[in-house]
Amino acid sequence: MLCDICGKNIATVHLTEIIDDQITELHLCEVCAREKSAQMEQQFGLSELLGGLVEFEKPTKEKGTETITNKCNHCGLSYTDFKKIGRLGCSECYTAFKRYLGPLLKRIHGSTTHFGKIPIKVSAKVNKRSLEYLRLKLKEAIEREAFEEAARIRDEIRELEKGQNK
Amino acid sequence: MKLEDLLNHTSEWLKGTGPNADIVISSRIRLARNLDKIPFPHWANKKQSEETLKTIEEAISKVDYLKNATIFRLATLDGIDKQFLIERHLMSYEHAQKSNSKAVVIDSEEIVAVMINEEDHLRIQVMQSGFNLYEAWNIINRIDDALAKELSFGYLTDWGYLTACPTNTGTGMRGSVMLHLPALVMTRQIERVLAAISKLSFTTRGFYGEGTQATGNFFQISNQVSLGHSEEEIINNINGLIRQIIEQEEQAREMMLARNRPMLEDRIYRSFGILKSAHIISSQETSELLSMVRLGSDLGLLKEIDRRCINELFIITQPAHLQKMEGKKLSTQERDVKRAEIIREKLKCK
Repeated sequence: MLCDICGKNIATVHLTEIIDDQITELHLCEVCAREKSAQMEQQFGLSELLGGLVEFEKPTKEKGTETITNKCNHCGLSYTDFKKIGRLGCSECYTAFKRYLGPLLKRIHGSTTHFGKIPIKVSAKVNKRSLEYLRLKLKEAIEREAFEEAARIRDEIRELEKGQNK
Repeated sequence: MKLEDLLNHTSEWLKGTGPNADIVISSRIRLARNLDKIPFPHWANKKQSEETLKTIEEAISKVDYLKNATIFRLATLDGIDKQFLIERHLMSYEHAQKSNSKAVVIDSEEIVAVMINEEDHLRIQVMQSGFNLYEAWNIINRIDDALAKELSFGYLTDWGYLTACPTNTGTGMRGSVMLHLPALVMTRQIERVLAAISKLSFTTRGFYGEGTQATGNFFQISNQVSLGHSEEEIINNINGLIRQIIEQEEQAREMMLARNRPMLEDRIYRSFGILKSAHIISSQETSELLSMVRLGSDLGLLKEIDRRCINELFIITQPAHLQKMEGKKLSTQERDVKRAEIIREKLKCK
């Protein structure tokens, strides 16, 4: 079978495209397939998709709204850069663009509260840390209307606070 | 360890053992981690990337669990070497695109692979044979803890681990299970199953991950959401979904056996026959036929060949593996001949 695009080389790559329920099959040689895949990447790049998602996000307002940071002071990445490439520049960008990223994370993950593991170095600062963590968990449990769980967490917080006040 | 040593070695995930190994090929967990305050790989300059690489290499050398691991700097590997690692699922396609200041760390059993300076500074993965995400999590959790003693990771109390792309923020975890679902494909139920999966915020991919088509009836299913649930919860969710898919595949297999056994046996034995006698064969045809042979072996219809041998054939018939074995570059046509030769040889042995 010869390549559908150049008609010269033997087709070794077989591609099924589905556009609006229309199924087309393409049989391509290696050279044409590579070109085709580069085209597709341009069309459906993840960064484009994310960029599109970002457009919709309005920053959450906080009391006494000062000017919104548009650049990460640590690495120099601007929010416009992020919209273009779909990647942040460094861990500090999360703090710099916090008000934009909150709604975006909510949109992607349906949540803005981490419940997973804590790095050893961070969890070493235990008491303050776990209180903070429990308060967040409490907030999220209430949002989810998981009141039994919320009551349990509330008791845990009280216990911890008692221990700290001694 | 040299790269060539892997040629005569069966990766842990291909052993065909572990729970539900008749339907589940392998389970994999990967964690994304970044050094605190250091620019992410795509945003870092040459000097920063080089420093990151050195810092991480040094930390890895102190991890007990990775005592038997080897660090391969990508700059020292050629195109075939890189493709070879991708075919063994030890490295991503994206990682192989540029070589500067990048490395991949592989342990001798091929259970652990760490990519340095991919999209994130660290992409740690652990693979297990069969349906076994818990064991993969136990291993990767220990490695992550050991690394966290040496390195400071970017982390915020409310958002968890901070990653280059916000789709990985939180746990930075992706759990994936590779399934072989020939009966759901043959009974045309697979679309329904895949549609249901995507509604539940899981993704399905082909044998070689992101952007690849499902070949040989292999489907890789993984979680999409990484923030808002603990690692254990995410694993439980994936497990629950996978259990249902396994059940459906089992039912489809039983139904086919009950309703149309001669047709099924015919397809399986014809596939086996072609593989045993072909002298030119493409990789696509190979994976389609091997899928049938694997189904035959799993159903106990085909006793001449074991699962591990079939699993191995899926990998060693890939382009870079063929060229590594031959020790030189081969054209597509030459590969098709070499591939057929290797399959005939392998299927003779049992």
